Amino acid sequence: MSALLQVKGVSKHFGGFAALSDVSIDIAEGERFGLIGPNGSGKTTLINCVSGALRNEAGQIIYQGKEVTRLPAYRRTRLGIARSFQIPRPFSSMSVLENLMVPLQYVVHRKETEARDEALAILKTTALADKAGTPSNRLSQVELRKLELARAMAARPRLLISDEAMAGLSGSEVDEVLKILFDLNASGITIIMIEHIMHAVMRFSQRVVCLDAGRIICEGAPAAIVANADVQRAYLGA
Amino acid sequence: MKFWASLVVVLALVVAAAFTVKNEFVFYAGYTVLLYVVLATAWNILGGYAGYVNFGTPAFFGLGAYTGAVLYKAFALPLGLQIAAAALMSGLLGLFAGALTLRLRGIFFAIATIALVVIMETAFINWRYAGGATGLQLLRPPPTAPFESYIKMLFVVMAAMALGAVALARYIQDSWIGRGLRAIRDSEEAAECSGVPTLRLKVFACTVSGALMGAAGAPMPMYLQYIEPSSTFNLNYAVGALASPMIGGTGHWLGPVIGALLLSSLQQYVTVTISNEMNVLVVGVLLVVFVVAAPEGILGLAKKVGARWKR
Amino acid sequence: MLPLDLLFEGVLFGILLGAFYAAVSMGLSVSFGLLDVPHVAHPAIMVFGSYCTFVLARMGLDPIVAGVLLMAPFFLLGMLVYRFYYEAFERRGAEAGVRGIAFFFGLALIIEVGLILAFGVDQRLVEAAYIGQSLRFGDIRIPMRTLAVFGVAVVLTVLLSLYLAKTFTGRAIKAVAQDEPALRLMGADPVRIKQWAFGIATAVSALAGAMLIIIGPVEPAMDRLYIGRTFAVVVLGGLGSMTGTIAAGLILGISESIVLIHPALGASWAPAVSFALLLLVLAIRPQGLFGR
Repeated sequence: MSALLQVKGVSKHFGGFAALSDVSIDIAEGERFGLIGPNGSGKTTLINCVSGALRNEAGQIIYQGKEVTRLPAYRRTRLGIARSFQIPRPFSSMSVLENLMVPLQYVVHRKETEARDEALAILKTTALADKAGTPSNRLSQVELRKLELARAMAARPRLLISDEAMAGLSGSEVDEVLKILFDLNASGITIIMIEHIMHAVMRFSQRVVCLDAGRIICEGAPAAIVANADVQRAYLGA
Repeated sequence: MKFWASLVVVLALVVAAAFTVKNEFVFYAGYTVLLYVVLATAWNILGGYAGYVNFGTPAFFGLGAYTGAVLYKAFALPLGLQIAAAALMSGLLGLFAGALTLRLRGIFFAIATIALVVIMETAFINWRYAGGATGLQLLRPPPTAPFESYIKMLFVVMAAMALGAVALARYIQDSWIGRGLRAIRDSEEAAECSGVPTLRLKVFACTVSGALMGAAGAPMPMYLQYIEPSSTFNLNYAVGALASPMIGGTGHWLGPVIGALLLSSLQQYVTVTISNEMNVLVVGVLLVVFVVAAPEGILGLAKKVGARWKR
Repeated sequence: MLPLDLLFEGVLFGILLGAFYAAVSMGLSVSFGLLDVPHVAHPAIMVFGSYCTFVLARMGLDPIVAGVLLMAPFFLLGMLVYRFYYEAFERRGAEAGVRGIAFFFGLALIIEVGLILAFGVDQRLVEAAYIGQSLRFGDIRIPMRTLAVFGVAVVLTVLLSLYLAKTFTGRAIKAVAQDEPALRLMGADPVRIKQWAFGIATAVSALAGAMLIIIGPVEPAMDRLYIGRTFAVVVLGGLGSMTGTIAAGLILGISESIVLIHPALGASWAPAVSFALLLLVLAIRPQGLFGR
């Protein structure tokens, strides 16, 4: 499997604060990749640099062999990088269905009627089809999370980044979301999962990287990561 | 189809009124109301649909007015060409100013638009050919046939512009562009990550908005037979253009129209019966009340009442 | 370019003017720079302060004393305005931010028209011992009122900066700007701190208003002139930085002053200086000189 995404020596500062220091990761095509780390370790910042929401000062982001470091976010989405947001950001003036129409029209360039059909199909896979006409500002937490994923899926990505999609969900809800991600991966989509819920990360990931204070402190198979002393120290702060 | 039929009917009524109503004051007042319909509709494309509240209306309107005045002074250009040139100039201003400033967060963009107004005003104060600080006097040409009164002709022209602006706003609103603008307003970050070229769409909205405002400004020197910087670039135009959609409703093209018709008529009434200052006070109070208590505007209130009625 | 003595005079008056601009922008530096409130009504409240000073001065008070006395009621007014803004907008989420701008714009209009209705459109001024006389320094004549305002401005700026840097509440205000969740965790109520801060910002504006009417006559629409100046200073200085506000005030003062006395430019170009500076900063370095 070739590297779909290469993060090379990426650094990002906010004023005097180093959010990311010299981070390098290779993600293979079709991989299920887990990204963990305590709060403030730089996970979302890294995702923001990959998706283009932020510009990194140093280092490169290489996608499908081409450098995308300078590209605006919407172009990266059109190339196939999609992400969901940690705190859901629905298009609150639109219905659930219409939310998906946006990426369908702007990334995949569907016409109005085709877009509606395709949106409905995607909603079915995330068990949101019966909420298609509901205004998106009236959804429950788990429904919002699923909408985030559905909207990211509507962009027909090759790489999907899920940013803490399961935070605050109940056990069965976590399983629901996990199943969606597994199915997506089975259809060929590479997935980076940021999560705090350890058992989900363990079950899902083939490989895990742990960040702490903007640096990678450990990389490997899920079981090895969780047992790693540095990782435990980072989380427990001993 | 219903929409276009309504437009034709309205235009026919306007033309009929121009040839039957005798009282010229109606047309003077009507011109102002229609002007604000255009300005409010234009403002709403960037301020309402995309959510980028701004105070820049006087800059685009004023540039359009001066373009018309200067071209008339230099070449005696007919009104139609003045309007076209004004739309072009203000559209270009929207394009360049937008490209520079629309990368900024909401409040910074809003302040940048005030800066734009003052800079434009200062530029024209210092341009002697355009009259400088004292301004230009202009003599109207005879009205184009079949009109006999110049002011009635201006009224019909402004009505046609209002209808055109509304048609354009409606087209944008219902298209994929409108959906993109709404996505930007709801969550610009999510829009960008959903493939929406946010800066390009915003600049597009700013260009279209500016062009419409410029076109609306072009007949002004003919209306007043006079043009000078401080009243042309007056922030009061920003007030009307902003307050009308926020009171009428920003999500739909009907909102600015309702808002402008109501607000502008109310303003005319208050100015005539009480005082000029009072009308600005009325606008200020209404703006605050609606922004705080009825953020969806009159259209939003109507929707709520309608929903309750159905039950 | 400019002859040296003219340049010197320009810079000298620029410093005096700049200190005034810095003091006048201090309130906005707190309300907008630290608290993120889109307070386009800040200059309008300042002009309101000028008119209150005018009323008190007519009753015999010295304008500077009047300005200081006004700080207490304006403090309360500021707390009220913030409370209202918070309940109506900030609480309801980010989308409300855009409407917050419209709210303050409406508020500025109401204040402006209110002043016209109460006092008319004519200019108002105050009189005092130090207004009308000038001091001579060699060839240069400095009006005493400019020096008086400069003195007040310096004192105000120093006191406010010290307050924010040294006192407990002052540092809490800076903390709430940087890290609200952390402050909450420490048991402090961010809303009450912001309310207090907004009150201080408004109180400072009262004194700024007094300075405004000492420096020259005021009219109700003057707030429009100062929107550009105060936002230019705050943005150029960098949001949240008092040092930045002072530096930016001086830069603006000197730039305007030089444009004013430049034979080729003059008073018709001066109003554009602050706005051009503002656009430049926003285009090149939006975080300003010392911004966070």
